[in-house]
Amino acid sequence: MLMVAASQQPLPCPVQYHHLQGAKRVVEIVERYDAECVPDAYKSNKVAYIKNGSISKNCTKLLKVDKLMKAPIYIYYQLDNYYQNHRRYVKSRSDKQLLDGLQNNDTSSCKPEESNGGLPVVPCGLVAWSLFNDSYIFTRGAVPLKVNRKNIAWKSDRDHKFGKRVYPFNFQNGSLIGGGKLDPHIPLSDQEDLIVWMRTAALPSFRKLYGRIEEDLHPSDLITVNLTNNYNTYSFGGAKKLVLSTSSWLGGKNDFLGVFYIFVGSSCIFISLVFLLLHLKDSRPCGDATFSYWNRKNVSL
Amino acid sequence: MAGGRIRARIRRSHLYTFACLRARSTENNEPHSIQGPGYSRIVHCNKSEMHQKPPLQYRSNYISTTRYNIITFLPKAFFEQFRRVANIYFLVAAICSLLSISPFSPVSMIAPLAFVLGASMAKEGVEDWRRFMQDKKVNSRKASVHKKEGIFSEKQWKDIRVGDVVKVEKDNFFPADLLLLSSSYEDGLCYVETMNLDGETNLKVKRSLEATLTLDSDDCFRDFMGMIKCEDPNPSLYTFVGNLEYDRQIYPLDPAQILLRDSKLRNTAYVYGVVIFTGHDSKVMQNSMEAPSKRSGIEKQMDHIIYLLLATLIIVSLISSAGFFYLTKTEMPRWWYLRPQQAETCYDPENAFASALCHMVAAFMLYGYLIPISLYVSIEMVKFLQALFINQDINMYDEESGVPADARTSNLNEELGQVDTILSDKTGTLTCNQMDFLKCSIAGTSYGVRASEVELAAAKQMAMELEDDGSFSMAGGCRSPEIVVTSKDRKGDKPSVKGFSFEDPRLMDGNWTKEPHTDEILLFFRILALCHTAVPELNEQTGKLTYEAESPDEGAFLIAAREFGFEYFKRTQSSVFINEKYPDTTKAVQREYKILNLLDFTSKRKRMSVILQDEEGQIFALCKGADSIIFERLAKNGRAHEEATMKHLNEYGDNGLRTLALAYKKLDEKEYMAWNNEFIKAKTAIGGDREGMLEKVSDMMEKDFILVGATAVEDKLQKGVPQCIDKLAQAGLKIWVLTGDKVETAINIGFACSLLRQEMKQIFISSTISDPFSEKAVKESILNQITNATQMIKLEKDPHAAFALIIDGKTLTYALEDDMKFQFLHLAVECASVICCRVSPKQKGLVTRLVKEGTGKTTLAVGDGANDVGMIQEADIGVGISGVEGMQAVMASDFAIAQFRFLERLLVVHGHWCYKRISQMICYFIYKNIAFGLTFFYFEAATAFSGQAIYYDWYMILFNVFLTSLPVIALGVFEQDVSSDICLQVIALRENLQQNFFA
Repeated sequence: MLMVAASQQPLPCPVQYHHLQGAKRVVEIVERYDAECVPDAYKSNKVAYIKNGSISKNCTKLLKVDKLMKAPIYIYYQLDNYYQNHRRYVKSRSDKQLLDGLQNNDTSSCKPEESNGGLPVVPCGLVAWSLFNDSYIFTRGAVPLKVNRKNIAWKSDRDHKFGKRVYPFNFQNGSLIGGGKLDPHIPLSDQEDLIVWMRTAALPSFRKLYGRIEEDLHPSDLITVNLTNNYNTYSFGGAKKLVLSTSSWLGGKNDFLGVFYIFVGSSCIFISLVFLLLHLKDSRPCGDATFSYWNRKNVSL
Repeated sequence: MAGGRIRARIRRSHLYTFACLRARSTENNEPHSIQGPGYSRIVHCNKSEMHQKPPLQYRSNYISTTRYNIITFLPKAFFEQFRRVANIYFLVAAICSLLSISPFSPVSMIAPLAFVLGASMAKEGVEDWRRFMQDKKVNSRKASVHKKEGIFSEKQWKDIRVGDVVKVEKDNFFPADLLLLSSSYEDGLCYVETMNLDGETNLKVKRSLEATLTLDSDDCFRDFMGMIKCEDPNPSLYTFVGNLEYDRQIYPLDPAQILLRDSKLRNTAYVYGVVIFTGHDSKVMQNSMEAPSKRSGIEKQMDHIIYLLLATLIIVSLISSAGFFYLTKTEMPRWWYLRPQQAETCYDPENAFASALCHMVAAFMLYGYLIPISLYVSIEMVKFLQALFINQDINMYDEESGVPADARTSNLNEELGQVDTILSDKTGTLTCNQMDFLKCSIAGTSYGVRASEVELAAAKQMAMELEDDGSFSMAGGCRSPEIVVTSKDRKGDKPSVKGFSFEDPRLMDGNWTKEPHTDEILLFFRILALCHTAVPELNEQTGKLTYEAESPDEGAFLIAAREFGFEYFKRTQSSVFINEKYPDTTKAVQREYKILNLLDFTSKRKRMSVILQDEEGQIFALCKGADSIIFERLAKNGRAHEEATMKHLNEYGDNGLRTLALAYKKLDEKEYMAWNNEFIKAKTAIGGDREGMLEKVSDMMEKDFILVGATAVEDKLQKGVPQCIDKLAQAGLKIWVLTGDKVETAINIGFACSLLRQEMKQIFISSTISDPFSEKAVKESILNQITNATQMIKLEKDPHAAFALIIDGKTLTYALEDDMKFQFLHLAVECASVICCRVSPKQKGLVTRLVKEGTGKTTLAVGDGANDVGMIQEADIGVGISGVEGMQAVMASDFAIAQFRFLERLLVVHGHWCYKRISQMICYFIYKNIAFGLTFFYFEAATAFSGQAIYYDWYMILFNVFLTSLPVIALGVFEQDVSSDICLQVIALRENLQQNFFA
């Protein structure tokens, strides 16, 4: 035990610290907007508000930058209490169709969103059907901030999973409209919002990449976000958040690993000290068999 | 001369007065009445074609010991596999994976199962293939079979048919059960070694019918016809009932004419026989039972663990179903993105209960990773590799015989570490079964300076006691007896002669002529050289004579006589020829002794005599026999050396030597003639009393002997046996010796191999003291002795006292009866060592079963002969000594080693390692599976218990079978928690192991 503790200790110490520092350097702005963007009249019945197409869904939020944020700054939307990992949801898609389009007739896996009015739907399935459709426009002061919405999906997805000649067809045409619509003239491989959305999240609280701001944001910059609050999270009591975040070599802001490492490391130091004290106080020579099983037994015999 | 006899014919029956008495029915000449069920077999001799088709078609001589054939392999092997709980679970899961509710793709469920089953079945298949090849080897052995017109030609064993006439030559096995027709000896005698059947090494005499004696050359079978009616195939080795119809006469047959398959023709140039039972009909095959498949304790425990894991699996599934039920019912209707209004049954919030049931099935598969699917396969693989290590261990390689250790079944490796009781055979296992002429006492003087093993052991003990007080921790390395004990180097300058360890300058190299009692010494040598039934055989390679004797003792005597200068080299019908070498004449004198009569050795008589006439016409009766028998047959004037000889005999006995006394008397012609007339009368007497009469006449001759001396022959302990037993005893193992020998010999050997020590209290249980006729009284007395002894042990104050229990076979029959066996066992387990004497092979098995079932601990049986097979199969682990002769024990065993001393390393080192390895590996395996399986559960909680798997299919397939299997297997194969030296030195590590740290 002593050995284990001692051998683990010296090396990882700086590593742990570095982990924590790496996480600390990440600057993050998180703004929840789903509740506040509901007009006062609908505060008690948010579902009615979101389902009513005639009400404007535009909403403005102000974000204040506290610390310097170095480019690139990633824009995420975060959904809470949204089970994108539900088995029924995960299964309801057709990877073949996403690649081959209408040539692929078998959309049985897309139930219950496989066809509409006797015609197949491209892209089919619940995942595509529930596409997230809030949008954000950023201005700093009075100057619009340029947001790069290209290259937000995995390259492998774009190149190999979503067809370059597959165009949306018969999408969101039914009686039940789920989420966002797609431009039927853009092939799926270029519909990066869809591609991001279709890579389903593992946990019920998740962030998905919306775009990148490719210039630094400075402290005390005021950023105005004009957003359209289209997506229904009110039905199931979820939350919508907008996140601006820089990144480090460890990815986003996450203290867990660093804190955990430091905790384990310091416990090891503590335990090794205890054993050291015990050893100094009451040491046994190497190879001493006094307390070995057989000797103990002999005493009692 | 037809057929071309190799050897001069000898009427061997001349040598036997008692051993092959004609069966009584022969005298009566009344055939057995053979009719009714069980006696339907009809064999047409020399007409095997009649047995090719019904109704007389019998089984062919093809034998098969394989478990499967091509057709039955798949179903049977599948069935075997699904006896394992885990495999059944995975089969069910694989079937369920074809349903739509399965969380995995069917491939990911079926592929690992197929891999695992395939690997296990391939192993079965390979093992069976090996059996098949072994059978094939036996089946394609060649035998000489009569074709037609008196021509014999080679045929494969499997093609031999009932009714064939077979010629078997010396040292060959009989291809089937044969009726002996004639042999190279004129009177149709032949010698048979039945070691493969009953483990007895002495030769048995078989004798053909008088009527068929004339069929003694190939030509005779040109027109040979005959019909045998006999019993149906049965497993009884010692009975046979049948009639031979030959030349319009009916002759009764009995076991003396039957040569059994798997026994061997010895000392006889050839025999002719008719095939009666073939293949699986033969008695030995009828006798062979399927070796019980042994499962190791860990494997049994593993089943419990699998059950435990299954229970965990069910609990986890229930929890997640409950969670799913709740969330589906309350939350899911609000999750619009799932379109709950259009949900299938399995996700229907309206029908949450049905959905939960659905989910239950899915969860059952989802958490299947809790059950280690490839555990069995990995264990089998690991054990196979461990067995390789055992086989390759250079420290268990016997250089003399060139035989390495052989783990024949690998599934008991780790059980070696759990052995609690060792049951050992004596002859051939602890001892070499190689008699060494060591000492002799002639005319009241003891000769022979070499010490026996027992003496060495005693000396060693003395030396030990001087240098330490017997404390436990002395286990360290430096205790080889050669260093401590003796200044007389056992390996002399001269190349030692096998069977002759005698060393005494007073007798050797002709110096005996300078000793006081020269006449008696001369007589002593002559008795050694003359009083036997052996046949000399010239070894063409070395030019030396070897002797084919009935017992190894006799062989040792002849070698001794040769070394003393009295070389027996030729036997004719009536004479024995000896080259006598005297120191004063350089050339050997050839002498001929006429054998007049020979009264052979039987276990009842315990003596043998020859009456012979030397070249001067003097008639002698020479006798050798058990000391007690000889001493009561001495003449008044023949007791001159009685006292001194008796003293020497006791000394020899104490030193663990087998002793015989030698005596002689001179007869004058008249006296002999008178006796011989009586003898011939008795011999030719007709009727049931012949045996009694013969015995009476022999008694008349075998009295008034003059004592010459005594011999002491050592059945040498195998190398390293005492040290090995010492170590094993220190390791806390109980050692039982089960031997066929008499009590004294067994105790002596017990001392020699440090199984018994002087400070041990010996407890004798015997039935001799009480009335042998009242069974009840005998039982009561035995029970009394047992309870007394148990009481004594209980009251013993000294914590270091050790007890030894000694019991003989007759008592054992009572002690093994149901009402007494547990008392007996209770006593026996309290004793450090147990010696059972005079036990039959069957009793060996019974004792083993008693220990195994009574104590519930792991037993190991070690033996070398076929008589140990029962014991070896009965014990948890059977170890065969693959040294000298006979493969039967090895074939039945789980491990084969060349020497007893390797048992120490096998148990202490490999047992320790294999046990640690397997148990750690299982723990590791289960840990990894639980760790992996539970991630599914944790993830479930985050997916609203919807049954989504966290990993990608292929990852899951590869996880168990490929990605994580190697580290575990490496641990199971290579782990050495301590080095082998430490295992051997700190022997107490083993005891720790027996605490069963696993599970």
